[in-house]
Amino acid sequence: MTDKEKYRAMFCDPNWDYETLQAADEVISRIGQEYLKLKIYPNQIEVVTSEQMLDAYALTGLPTSYPHWKFGKDFVLNQSNYSKGRMGLSYELVINSNPCISYNMENNSTCMMLLVIAHACQGHNAFFANNYMFLDWTSADSIVDYMAFAREYVLRCEEEHGEEEVEKVLDAAHALMNYGVDKYRKPSKLSALEENERLKKLTLIRHENYNELWRTLPKSTAELETGALDEGRFPKEPEDNILYFIEKYAPALPAWKRELVRIVRKVSQYFYPQGATKVMNEGFATFVHYHIINKMFEEGYLNDGFMLEFIKSHSGVLYQPEYSSKFYSGLNPYTLGFNIFMDIKRICQEPTEEDKAWFPDLIGKDWLDQVLYVMENFRDDSFILQYLSPKVIRDMKLFTIIDNEGEAEFEIGAIHNERGYRRVREQLAAQYDRSSHIPNIQVTRVDRHQTSKLYLTHYMQRDRKLETKSARQTMAHLRYLWGFPVELHSKNKLGINESSFEIK
Amino acid sequence: MSHIIDRRKNDKGKSTGNRQKFLKRVESQIKKAIPDIISQESIKDSSTGGSVKVPVRGLDEPTFHHDPKTGKKQSVRPGNDKFSEGDRVPKPKGGGGGGGRGKGSNSPEVTEDEFTVVLSREEFLKYFFDDLALPNMVKKLMDSTDNFEMRRAGYTRDSVPSRLNIKTSYQQSLGRRLALKGVLDKKLALLEEQLSLATDPQLKSTLTEEVEKVRRQASTLPFFEDIDLRYNNFERVPIPVTSAVMFCIMDVSASMGQHEKDVAKRFFTLLYIFLTRQYKNVELVFIRHHTEAKEVSEEEFFNSRESGGTVVAPSLKLMEQIMRTRYDENWNVYCCQASDGDVWSKQDATECKQLLLENILPAIQYMAYLEISNSPRESDLWQAYNRISDDDSFSIRQVYEPFEIWPVFQGLFRKRSVA
Repeated sequence: MTDKEKYRAMFCDPNWDYETLQAADEVISRIGQEYLKLKIYPNQIEVVTSEQMLDAYALTGLPTSYPHWKFGKDFVLNQSNYSKGRMGLSYELVINSNPCISYNMENNSTCMMLLVIAHACQGHNAFFANNYMFLDWTSADSIVDYMAFAREYVLRCEEEHGEEEVEKVLDAAHALMNYGVDKYRKPSKLSALEENERLKKLTLIRHENYNELWRTLPKSTAELETGALDEGRFPKEPEDNILYFIEKYAPALPAWKRELVRIVRKVSQYFYPQGATKVMNEGFATFVHYHIINKMFEEGYLNDGFMLEFIKSHSGVLYQPEYSSKFYSGLNPYTLGFNIFMDIKRICQEPTEEDKAWFPDLIGKDWLDQVLYVMENFRDDSFILQYLSPKVIRDMKLFTIIDNEGEAEFEIGAIHNERGYRRVREQLAAQYDRSSHIPNIQVTRVDRHQTSKLYLTHYMQRDRKLETKSARQTMAHLRYLWGFPVELHSKNKLGINESSFEIK
Repeated sequence: MSHIIDRRKNDKGKSTGNRQKFLKRVESQIKKAIPDIISQESIKDSSTGGSVKVPVRGLDEPTFHHDPKTGKKQSVRPGNDKFSEGDRVPKPKGGGGGGGRGKGSNSPEVTEDEFTVVLSREEFLKYFFDDLALPNMVKKLMDSTDNFEMRRAGYTRDSVPSRLNIKTSYQQSLGRRLALKGVLDKKLALLEEQLSLATDPQLKSTLTEEVEKVRRQASTLPFFEDIDLRYNNFERVPIPVTSAVMFCIMDVSASMGQHEKDVAKRFFTLLYIFLTRQYKNVELVFIRHHTEAKEVSEEEFFNSRESGGTVVAPSLKLMEQIMRTRYDENWNVYCCQASDGDVWSKQDATECKQLLLENILPAIQYMAYLEISNSPRESDLWQAYNRISDDDSFSIRQVYEPFEIWPVFQGLFRKRSVA
């Protein structure tokens, strides 16, 4: 018991030291495992200064990355916003890696440190380690390794081929970064070692098989025939991973450029689950820190003063300005996610008649099992579609606005009433679906007979067009990588071209 | 088990490389903005510390994205306080439709497509002087080896007795004696062993002799030998000339208006910034003149106003006098003269020319004469100076508007290859 008193004294002192963090981590890990049954990666908790945090921001959270001006721009931008007080830095930043690295700001108070350790090192960590998106699409074991490899590789390319040329390739690949994700195939696991091996093998095979003579051989008739057959339609199926398509099929791209495209594609792949689980990830982490800190209070580790500070920070995190507020900037993912998870718990424990009709599967189940099940098996759109309850819609007073092009007025589509619940829910789920904000563009054809021209099709949704200037610039980047003319058609749902972009 | 690591002591410059890459990308914009910054900022600002803001645009990274104005959009908002299904609300005027894009709490909202880059003083000056350098400066820096300092540089085996370093020499001797004695001792031990085993009297006596010899050797090792001696070594190290003095000479007669002074001030500032970049220590001397010359403070130099006619020669004489008395050959001397070109008489102009040619130019690094006037007529002073200016150590230029200064400055100090 003396231990507990010692810890209590430590936690309630606003100044922390190394022992405080160690004690906090020990208690919080125990509660996470025993009470919330969390399975996590080992933690690596790093205390950083604000400047180091800005560095981490610029590299989008990765501990290292290949050199590129984009990161410098983000750094300059964040730094100037931060120094002007226009932007605060977050208390922590956590990386989906094994061990799970989290950066904690040095100027956090003890209360914030505990909150952050519970939030990031238990909540986010458990999410990374168990959610199917992260398990299938990222390799936490090797990402840090892989980024180190990428950095080395890019630096080597800069040395060999000049910074400018490397920058051109990376700029172009970045423009298409959203189209570098295998949404259906699961990518193979990454490893720097294997990646290096793969490269070596590739060059070796090329060296071994190179013989000037082969080029003079006439093609066999059989080959010509099958070739002709193939060229009837290429690619056979439309390809939505444009970067992959370039890496694989760009006719005149040198090998090192293909490799750079591959690196950008892999990074894009790595971040894909983050974008698709923002609400769930933050909601779950908030749910976890809320339960752990309350449990610590129950067990007598914390005093009232600590709890007051905690509640203030916690409610700050969950602040959701209303649509008409000048602070409004979209739905707060922390709030939405936390509310849904808390409501799952409530429905399991004290269901109302309404809940019984809406969530028959949850009634009478163990709340923790259900929360963990949801955390493991969903992503934002499916999570909302399945678990956004009428009560949360009512509490948050959600409503939908219809904004049609050409009309002078907005229309209110659905509100928090019996008629509207389902529509609000579907609409919100659709909003978190990737396809609602990233235009659906696919490679549909390559002219392999004459021009090597690459044809892309934009399948329009809800009559939304591409932003012209940006689309044209992106096409120019694509043209650079492909090496031959490129053309894009926006097709509406009747299959009629609405607009085209062509770069010869 | 968790690891807790304190990273605060680690490097924080992780983004430096990327920041440099970014600056390189906007370099042309920064360079274009620099003349504006100079004309806007006050002189003191640009020569003391602080940072410079450069607006930069056109750095958006293109992607395929939806045009926010098009299509049928629906979005979910929180906090409904008054709406019912089917209500119609007029769209805000001029706003691009929906607005309020969902943003994660971690990402700062960036709406402007232009933002300012804050350059440190160092970076600003780097751009400012990128392709400029004073003529002769490099030469002078290399020439300046006529100033030497003797510095201790280890030990040498050969020098004059007065520089003998006793401690090191003794160490050497001690080492040598220990080493030699070790060898002799070993030899002695071996011989003694042989002696004790020997039975043949003949062998015994030779061995005894041998032992005696080695004993004698061991006891007569010299305390110092020549190879032990170490002397303090000195090296002649050239001292780079790190100080510069800059003379600012300005005509403050009635004919110099506020505008002319302003232009002159900017010109002086540019040179001053340049010198502070090149030299550790830069001193300023301000000399103003109308009919007589006077050394004044910077404040007085730029702000007080006198009237009367103009005689230039006394100011040059004063400068020469100050230069001779206060600054020895360890100083790099630069001179900047600004005037509207009016002189009292042709004779004054000729006297100036003589002064420069005979006394001043040989002693200084560089002189620039700036004539602030917009008249097409060449003034007497200009004519006089024009004959001796060679652009190498003495340049003259005519300007009238502040924006002309920058190009003039570039022209004056264009980088010359060190031949």
